[in-house]
Amino acid sequence: MTTTTLTTPRPHARAREGGRRLGSHALLVVLALYFIIPIWWLVVAATKSTGSLFSSPAFWFDNPAAFFTNVAGLFEHQGGIYWQWLANSFVYAFTAGIGATVIAVLAGYGFAKYRFRGRGFVFGMILGSVMVPLTALVIPTFMLLSQYGLINTAWAVILPSLLNPFGVYLMRVYIQDAVPDELMEAARIDGAGEVKTFITIVVPLLKPAIVTVLLLSVVGTWNNFFLPLAVLTNPDLLPVTVGLNRWLALSNAGAGGEQVWNLITSGAFISVVPLLLSFLFLQRYWQGGLTIGSIK
Amino acid sequence: MTTHVIEAVDAPRRTRRSGIERRQQVGWLFITPFLIVFAVFLVFPLGYAFTMSLSSSTLAGGTQFVGADNYVKAFTDPLFLGGIRRVALFAIIMIPTQLGIAMLAALVIDSLSTWVSKLSRLLMFAPYAIPVVIGALMWSFLYSPRFGPAATLFDLVGLQTPNFLAAGSIFGSLVNVVTWQWSGYYMIVIYASLRAIDPAIYEAARIDGAGGLQIATRIKLPMISSSMVMVITFALIGTLQFFTEPTVLRSIASGSLPPEYTPNMYAYALAFSYSQFNYAATIAFSLGILVFIGSFGFLFLTRKQSGLK
Repeated sequence: MTTTTLTTPRPHARAREGGRRLGSHALLVVLALYFIIPIWWLVVAATKSTGSLFSSPAFWFDNPAAFFTNVAGLFEHQGGIYWQWLANSFVYAFTAGIGATVIAVLAGYGFAKYRFRGRGFVFGMILGSVMVPLTALVIPTFMLLSQYGLINTAWAVILPSLLNPFGVYLMRVYIQDAVPDELMEAARIDGAGEVKTFITIVVPLLKPAIVTVLLLSVVGTWNNFFLPLAVLTNPDLLPVTVGLNRWLALSNAGAGGEQVWNLITSGAFISVVPLLLSFLFLQRYWQGGLTIGSIK
Repeated sequence: MTTHVIEAVDAPRRTRRSGIERRQQVGWLFITPFLIVFAVFLVFPLGYAFTMSLSSSTLAGGTQFVGADNYVKAFTDPLFLGGIRRVALFAIIMIPTQLGIAMLAALVIDSLSTWVSKLSRLLMFAPYAIPVVIGALMWSFLYSPRFGPAATLFDLVGLQTPNFLAAGSIFGSLVNVVTWQWSGYYMIVIYASLRAIDPAIYEAARIDGAGGLQIATRIKLPMISSSMVMVITFALIGTLQFFTEPTVLRSIASGSLPPEYTPNMYAYALAFSYSQFNYAATIAFSLGILVFIGSFGFLFLTRKQSGLK
């Protein structure tokens, strides 16, 4: 209150303030352009034939109807394997994501609400493992899986993706604040067992954290590149990320017949649509993972 | 007589306490599924890689135990050391660049509440929703002189288009891809922790005569230092493992990006192009140890800021 009455009589300060606001806005516009232009390019490029990818202006539409030709091309090229890749990505991401979330909820609850012997040590070990670079595990995991004949199966991608120490950490932090001990005590006095208390009382309280961890795990598996690149060679099993990279490498190296630039751009665009939509509609949860982490 | 009485009083109490203790042990049941995954896909592969790194196999001689020989070889291997130096340089340049942009944007967005600031917050965060492979793939088109989108933009502002994929400029081109992909994420982390500050503190500072810039540097930055430490730690771990972006860009710039460009790429090439699995395991394990030491070292140095003990 005092500050406004102090500044109003001074037009200089006002003008300076206005200039600063303008400068701030200009900066934001420049930054926003830098971050959005590549995505805009992808939208435009998805609607172009290979010919117009080379010849027409890069950032504007040429003949948008070519998008449908491209989609038809995705159904024809190599027997429509693109859609198989997309389906694989969905199956891997959701199987591993749901599995990792269930495991993280159980473990987070165990750590948050029980004082069992060895708890501090085990949790410290898990926290430390967040520092272990997951890609350093890829080659050892490959060797391990090949011993058991699991290379070139969906399990080779799904099983290692169940490991999500950060999810356990997020769940523990969330459960500590969101589930009052008195509530659990009351349920126990009413005669509910530990498992029943967990399922009927605790889980319903965790909905926002569950959505966040599920989203992060699903997206994490969807985005994974190194692991599927190492453990899958059968083209029919690839997720869409590795598949598109294969097309890109072939197109850059190959002769005319293997150049499918228009299919790469439209395929890349179609594969990010579900992610961008979930990003727009589940924004709160995309950010939730960050804010849960920073509560502590 | 007295002991008898004490025992009688003590007995029920002891059973009740052990009942509570037994209930606390139920915690193990809840964490067991995670511990199984943890053992099978973290502890076991690490142990397995370590065992493999201690032996060497040749077609003629079979597998032989060689002790630390592979590690001596790795830490005198110019290809591995060159890769380590390169990712260290990436960390030194890339992390401050991303954090600088993220912090500037977060401070500006936090000080405004107009539709422009809300929209640009969303737009900056959007690249984070795009898989890293697809992001790198997009930039391989944007950089490509054959398709020329970057050339269009440089022409627009009247600048000469650099060759993004030449040996001398690929480093900067990779920094740009990563900055584009991750700055928005860091901006949101910083923004979220700025929002958590009680605005009454700003009021108090303003009454004491502090300006906008002073509030930003003297109050806001110190108060978000713990989330900054978390962000930098994750960025450090990610950068030292650099793999996806250079691998994707290799198909268009193989001349500038040798297969041993980063330690992870080197381990991949050793395993899958040269079938040197023992040496690949050594490289992967050494990298893992270096990242672990690096990130713990960083957390130790910043323990005051992060509040971790």
